[in-house]
Amino acid sequence: MITRIRSRFGPEIVAIVLLILAFGFSAFREPRFLDAEYLFDRSTLYMEAGILALSMTFVIIAGHIDLSVTSILALVGAMCTTLVSKYGMPPAAMILVAPVVGGALGALNGLLVSKEKLPSLVVTLATMALFRGVAQILLGDHSLPMPKELVGIHKMQLPGTYFHVPLVLLTVLAVIAAFVLHRTVWGRWVTALGTNAEAARHAGIPTGKILVQLFTLSGIAAGIGSLLMLSRLGVARFDHARGLELDVITAVVLGGASIFGGRGTIFGTITALGLVGVVQTGMGVAGVKAEVQVAVIGLLLIVSVLFSNITARKRGR
Amino acid sequence: MTRKSIFALAALAAFGAIAPLGCKPAGKDGASGSGDAPKSGSSRIVFIPKNMGNPYFEAMEKGFQQASKELGFEFSTTGPAVAEPTAQISYIKDEIQRGATAIVIAANSVDALNGTLDEAKAKGIKIITVDSDLTGNESHRDLGVLACDFDTMGDFLIEQMGAIMNYEGKFAILSATTDAPNQNKWIKGMQAAIKNPKYAKMQLVDVVYGDDKDQKSLTEAEALLTKHPDLKGIIAPTTVGVYGCAKAVEQAGVYPGGKNAKGAGVSVIGLGVAKQMQRHLKDGIVPKVFLWDPAEQGYIASYAAVRMAEGKFTPADGATINIPDLPLTKMGDKKVGKNNVLIIGEPVEYNKENVDKYAGE
Amino acid sequence: MKKLLERRELSLLVAIVLIVSVAIILQPRFASEQNIRSILLWVPLLAVAAMGQTAVIITRGIDVSVGSILGLAGMTTAILLRDYPQLGVGGAAIIGIGLGALLGAINGGMIAFAKVPPIVATLGTLGIYRGLTFIVSGGRQVDDYQLPKDLMNWSLEGPALLAKVPFVNSIPWVVWIALLVMMLSHLGMTYTRYGRDVYALGGNPDAAALRGIPVNFVTFMAYVLCGIGGGFAGVLYASRYGTVNPAGIGNGFELQVIAAVVIGGVSVFGGTGGAPGVALSCLLLGVVNVALSVLAIADTWQMAIYGLVLLVAIIADERFARSARKRAGEAV
Repeated sequence: MITRIRSRFGPEIVAIVLLILAFGFSAFREPRFLDAEYLFDRSTLYMEAGILALSMTFVIIAGHIDLSVTSILALVGAMCTTLVSKYGMPPAAMILVAPVVGGALGALNGLLVSKEKLPSLVVTLATMALFRGVAQILLGDHSLPMPKELVGIHKMQLPGTYFHVPLVLLTVLAVIAAFVLHRTVWGRWVTALGTNAEAARHAGIPTGKILVQLFTLSGIAAGIGSLLMLSRLGVARFDHARGLELDVITAVVLGGASIFGGRGTIFGTITALGLVGVVQTGMGVAGVKAEVQVAVIGLLLIVSVLFSNITARKRGR
Repeated sequence: MTRKSIFALAALAAFGAIAPLGCKPAGKDGASGSGDAPKSGSSRIVFIPKNMGNPYFEAMEKGFQQASKELGFEFSTTGPAVAEPTAQISYIKDEIQRGATAIVIAANSVDALNGTLDEAKAKGIKIITVDSDLTGNESHRDLGVLACDFDTMGDFLIEQMGAIMNYEGKFAILSATTDAPNQNKWIKGMQAAIKNPKYAKMQLVDVVYGDDKDQKSLTEAEALLTKHPDLKGIIAPTTVGVYGCAKAVEQAGVYPGGKNAKGAGVSVIGLGVAKQMQRHLKDGIVPKVFLWDPAEQGYIASYAAVRMAEGKFTPADGATINIPDLPLTKMGDKKVGKNNVLIIGEPVEYNKENVDKYAGE
Repeated sequence: MKKLLERRELSLLVAIVLIVSVAIILQPRFASEQNIRSILLWVPLLAVAAMGQTAVIITRGIDVSVGSILGLAGMTTAILLRDYPQLGVGGAAIIGIGLGALLGAINGGMIAFAKVPPIVATLGTLGIYRGLTFIVSGGRQVDDYQLPKDLMNWSLEGPALLAKVPFVNSIPWVVWIALLVMMLSHLGMTYTRYGRDVYALGGNPDAAALRGIPVNFVTFMAYVLCGIGGGFAGVLYASRYGTVNPAGIGNGFELQVIAAVVIGGVSVFGGTGGAPGVALSCLLLGVVNVALSVLAIADTWQMAIYGLVLLVAIIADERFARSARKRAGEAV
């Protein structure tokens, strides 16, 4: 009974309500906020985080975490641009190579977690330093240019609209992710794994295989994110997206996924990402200082979880 | 009706609600914004430092504030909490939306900001770089205001080091990050200068990088002392690094006259903020450091921005702009050089005697 | 169980000896007094912060806000010493440590009583405390000359009592302070009722509740201890670095602390590990960090090597633990 009520009036509600409030407040405080061109342009900054958040939702629902995604993103970028500029790889091949390399790096995480039975928090804490370190060995502190023909994807729009290509891509991927998570056997297995790993194993679910697949998925997402980021910034650097993993995890948890696993929705994650984006954009255009923005996002995270905890307990009793 | 279908419906509804926002208005692009064009008469200059809370850039703000009083423009500072290469992008975008007249920026990366700066320029916002330039990407800004002639900095530092160590013995360099363009230019300059027969007995034994972080700079400086027990001097052309070196020789007691010093001890020189180095200079741990007054860069950048917005000054090789004098410095006509770079002057020496004057508020 | 713990400390010792030997072969001056001092000065900050985190991780929690606690407490201490020098170094340090405890209590309160997951609560306060650090300081750093010489001397001079003892006389106060903190945590975790409760809770939370252990209080206190460790480390930071910058102080430090605790043999699955292992792992990290600089290993390689060392340490640990479990299983 408790779980049914909790899932129906789940924490997603908190994110939705906050999103509406934040949007209204920003528009009220600062009229310059309500400018579609600006909002969609500003949203290009959140697309990479959005794609990482989709895969992170799966990982967290399975009761795990991947701190190394942003390091994979940086390493994939470093490897691809090195291959193009030093070894003459055709630029178009990057579109294929990036997700494959990302997937391979993610699989390494997955194998360490499933075969060595190591906690994912610790494994990805180590590979977070390792992967970014290898990117630094490849590039040093210098940057390598993204091939010209692949630069500027965030400037390409659907004709007659402000919808840019990364936004369309994120939307499509989000719909696919939601389908896989909520409608397929694999999605149910992932949830089962996070609810009770032991029980899942006894029920004959191939938990080891699923773990490897999950972290591979996370790596593939980082590969795609890398393409988007490099296309947007025009250069690859070893320190790209450093610290972004915290924003990604914040979005997933804010979106109502349980960090202990077992529950969460793609819709919640995307809503929360929108919330973070709207709050930061609203504060940015109102001239709020960076450090206050950091504090507000932290507060938001705690308040939303506290709130859903309290309502869940009240309803449960 | 399961909860999943409720969410699917809600997602669709939400998307439907946002979708119209995504369509371009039939009229002119961007006409929906209320704050696109700056109101005439009131210009607004925004300064984006590498990161907030950095004393070097706080000193620079004073120049902006002074000019703001004289010229009557609105001035504000905004920027990221940490100096990540791409962290400044969202602040530039926000200022484009807020309708700045000019953005003065100390860029964290020579190339990662190119696209965003172009967007700002396309909206008619003047872009001026201070502190360091977008080396190799100069076309993405209108003007670069630099403190002193970076080409002669290397010679200058070697001569200063030489004079302290009697043109004899081993010395090392502690820099910031390996891709900091100013730093690399100066290191190259020093490596070239050392070939001069005058410095034949001086030996550059090591170049290390402290990444402009407290902990890394201190560890690297201590490692220098370990690796080269007969070291005579360290040149640190970075404000964080020179402070780290000062702490290292102080804590190891090897500064000139320190309890573990061999012979003349290890002399640290470099570029340092007067306030931050005050105690080490006065206690004789560090003989001297150099820096320009960062406020001058803010002051000149402000004048350049306002004159550019008024259409009275167009940066080009050989163009000049007249700047009023500051209390401590004479200004006058400043000439723009190659690549639209404006060089201010010579660095100031801070030592035991004069540091109080410069460190005072 | 006892055997297993000893094995971990032994393997850390072997690793330290191995790295030190290689470093000395490659650069004999690695054994110089200057370098030993350099390593000794590197460790205390990390060790003091790691002691608190140890208790948290034993209870199956995590505190990623410890770097921000260090930042806010260190910044506040520095500001107090600048504006109210009459407080004295001791007074300001006590306030700094007390503030750390308060910040830890906020984390602990949310986690123990409001049942917010530890990573979520501390991820939130990571941002909030960092923001507050900027706000209390007005975004401005406190400079060396604004801090009293007494505080700086903690990193310069040793206790006057030992001034006559050769070599030991050059070991500064911060090292003695860290040693004391480590001893106290070891004693506290081993011989007090609270320490035993922490292990019982981490080993099996359900059983701990059934046995009448005040689970909420034990959890709450673990975060308070972590806050105290972070606050104390903040004070030591001000002494060691002199300049206290709101963006720089403690930024990213949480990763070092968590790495130190995990390498030190504290399992994130709770219940095992302790102060001696963590102390040795702090020393190991100090040796590795200084060695990377002294051996002039290219800057760009340092992060990768760091990650690799961490990865190898946790894999080796898990293998050891598994084989030990197997043997224990056969014996029974």
